[in-house]
Amino acid sequence: MASSDTSADPSLDHEENDPSRRDVMMIAAGAFAAIGGAAALWPLLDQMNPDASTLSLATIEVDLAPVEEGQAITVMWRGKPVFIRNRTAEEVEEARNVELSALPDPLARNMNLADTAPATDENRAALDKEPWLVMIGVCTHLGCIPQGQSVGAYKGEYGGWFCPCHGSSYDTAGRIRKGPAPENMYIPPYAFTSDTKIKIG
Amino acid sequence: MAHESTYQPTSGFARWLDSRLPIPRLVHDQFVVFPAPRNLNYLWTFGAILSFLLVAQIATGIVLAMHYQPTTADAFNSIEKIMRDVNWGWLLRYAHAVGASMFFLAAYIHMFRGLYYGSYKAPREILWILGCLIFLLMIATAFMGYSLVWGQMSFWAVTVITNLFSSLDSVIPGFGTMLVQWIWGGFSVGEPTLNRLFSLHYLFPFIIAGVVVLHVWALHIPGSNNPTGVDVKTSSDTLSFHPYFTIKDGFAAVMFFILFAGLVFYAPNYLGHSDNYIPADPLVTPAHIVPEWYFLPFYAILRAIPDKLMGVIAMFASIAVLFVIPWLDTSRIRSVSYRPIFKWFFWLFIISCIALGYLGAQVAEGWYVFFSRVFTAYYFAFFLLVMPIVGLIEKPKRLPGSITESVLGPQASSAPVAKPPKDSSVDAMPGGAVAAAAAEGRA
Repeated sequence: MASSDTSADPSLDHEENDPSRRDVMMIAAGAFAAIGGAAALWPLLDQMNPDASTLSLATIEVDLAPVEEGQAITVMWRGKPVFIRNRTAEEVEEARNVELSALPDPLARNMNLADTAPATDENRAALDKEPWLVMIGVCTHLGCIPQGQSVGAYKGEYGGWFCPCHGSSYDTAGRIRKGPAPENMYIPPYAFTSDTKIKIG
Repeated sequence: MAHESTYQPTSGFARWLDSRLPIPRLVHDQFVVFPAPRNLNYLWTFGAILSFLLVAQIATGIVLAMHYQPTTADAFNSIEKIMRDVNWGWLLRYAHAVGASMFFLAAYIHMFRGLYYGSYKAPREILWILGCLIFLLMIATAFMGYSLVWGQMSFWAVTVITNLFSSLDSVIPGFGTMLVQWIWGGFSVGEPTLNRLFSLHYLFPFIIAGVVVLHVWALHIPGSNNPTGVDVKTSSDTLSFHPYFTIKDGFAAVMFFILFAGLVFYAPNYLGHSDNYIPADPLVTPAHIVPEWYFLPFYAILRAIPDKLMGVIAMFASIAVLFVIPWLDTSRIRSVSYRPIFKWFFWLFIISCIALGYLGAQVAEGWYVFFSRVFTAYYFAFFLLVMPIVGLIEKPKRLPGSITESVLGPQASSAPVAKPPKDSSVDAMPGGAVAAAAAEGRA
């Protein structure tokens, strides 16, 4: 017969001498369920990260032979434009003569160098090939594509690139000089595989 | 408001159903005899209008999804195909696109109504918070829906807005970038991004519908606020929802849909941006990226702050602050009509919102930035300074003794409560008879 007298249930007998037994079981069961739930959630979240085919597209080769001094080309890497400019001697000179203290972002943002490398023109340009500047052509403010690749385009106050969205101006080394962008444009990992070929990624 | 059920099943089947799944009882109690304040004005019709619009958006959206291709190669073309080839596709697509604007127009009127008449104050705090949650879901849904067109504005709106999260890099280095790549499913906005936006754009309206159910539930516990802000005291303060407010809501909905149809048929692209008829190009950013009109005030707030992270925080804070205004407003008077000082600040707030909307569409330079900052400062000051302080120092006007008194004048309060003079004078008319019957039903 159902009764409210709990003394008939041996599992409740321990109320006095073992009050924690059920608590431990409840906590253990709850923790097990929580960990299991979190583990089951992970695939649902991680599936949104870049997939294998996206990652496998992460390396490209570019032939630079046709790019004359003063010209620039844009190639696609990881769905983003990469600006490659064969800078003139004046442009290199201009970039070299900038004091580091005049830069809003003092870091090179060059994935081929240490994170702490200063934003000198040497650290921004290609290794031993200073006329060449290879960088991701995405404004570090909100991801717009700056103007300045074509010969006639407005290049901003500092002669490099100008972002039309919110007016960020970059110099001839792709460093932010004026406007809301917080960082210099990023240099992707790349290397010259021959005198006129580079591999990006 | 919560009241005793008066539902009487009239057939054998109705009795059978009533003891199993009493939906007719629910409809009868909540949408037929439900008592609503008799003095509700037309600003109270926008809840019903929004319900119509939600259904219309879901209906047109489901059929549009039957023709839409969520791939970067075909998305833009499939929409042009809907416009040109699909039977009635032009109508369905314009109704859906203009419908989004109408949804925000109605929601903004609905929100300003709540703000003016103090509908967020006790005991309606949860009702207000659920409304804010619906607004947040609407923003996400509209943003994702706009991206699906995959025109230039779509693409760059997605790029700029998702890049907002990269500002978290300045808090935890690398975290913002990781988060943005997780949102994109790649290293830039691309096919995986478009696919997930489509999936979530289809899901969110149903979440909205779910929260709307909670919103209506939370409304039906305390009942509607009213233009005086005075609580319902007697049954003479209310009328039954049907037919009085079903007719009023229905009439207002028809008027609103005339505006809606006028835009759909005569100016379907008036509220849009012509650049979105250019297919998305990841290599060319449009000279001026402008969001849809209903996001402009928030976009102006984002751009008013010179710092990237702080701008993002300010933009999200401008919506987050809405959730806590039930506790920011210290006045015990609900309706702004009886608040002589706060009234001026309220209308200044309305002007600020409109001004921010204008400034959000202008280039971010010179005086435009200056005024964006002024109005952004006032936007936050209104909630964080005006609401707490004015409520404490203001001497409100005298409130009417009851809703009935506000409608019929002071003599009504001395008349018998159960039968106000107006009812007896119109008893001979059919409407009066219904009112009397409804009043008796509630008694």
